[in-house]
Amino acid sequence: MKRRNFIKNSILFAGALAVAPSAILSNHAYAAWPKKSFDIKDLSDSVKSVYGHNNLEESSKVKLKAPSIAENGAIVPINVSTTLDNVESIMIFVENNPQPLSSGYQLTSLAQPSIGTRLKMGKTSNVMAAVKSGDKIYTSTQEVKVTIGGCGG
Amino acid sequence: MSTIKMRSKESNGVVTVKALIKHPMETGQRKNKKTGNLIPAHYIQEVHSKANGKDVITIYWGPAVSKNPYLTFKYKGNKGDNVEISWVDNQGNRDTNTGKVK
Repeated sequence: MKRRNFIKNSILFAGALAVAPSAILSNHAYAAWPKKSFDIKDLSDSVKSVYGHNNLEESSKVKLKAPSIAENGAIVPINVSTTLDNVESIMIFVENNPQPLSSGYQLTSLAQPSIGTRLKMGKTSNVMAAVKSGDKIYTSTQEVKVTIGGCGG
Repeated sequence: MSTIKMRSKESNGVVTVKALIKHPMETGQRKNKKTGNLIPAHYIQEVHSKANGKDVITIYWGPAVSKNPYLTFKYKGNKGDNVEISWVDNQGNRDTNTGKVK
């Protein structure tokens, strides 16, 4: 029984870790999608499940480009770039969404730390971009006001 | 026709890849207005990109990514590189497309 729990936990743990080291990923075209992290409904728990801790550092080197007012919450353009070196991953969290973790970007050494996407936002919320460089997590946060929600309907 | 529309362009040794994927990205939280039943979740979970066979980026998406998702990223590369983008969703559907860098 103990052993079974151990295996179960280690699988969950691996799922949480899958968003971190690129070395593991490069062997598998499709590594495990971190379901656990995507299911969490609280921002700080979500951050913790991704990185294993909550030690975030606000940094001006992380550039988050998002509209201050989004007319349509179904399509909110988000761009994240950084001047930091050795970027392993970029994650985007939307605090007031049902699940804060919206997307994660696992970069190899070939990739440049600059990504863009479009997100759905249910209501006005802080959007946080988190960049993992070395052992540290650097963040940048911006509030996006949503006039028409992108969920429900 | 592929569900992935992509375009990649090189400038000063950096390739910018832009892609649009046709996908409903259902969150699983919306209701069918007529029946009141929940529409099952259907969204892309992973997107993977390679350039000349080398891994560039692995992307994890949750249901919060917009319908018909747009994606852009950059990598160190050259004109003529073969860029491959593939995705897989939570129902096991997948698609791949390749393009040359201009």
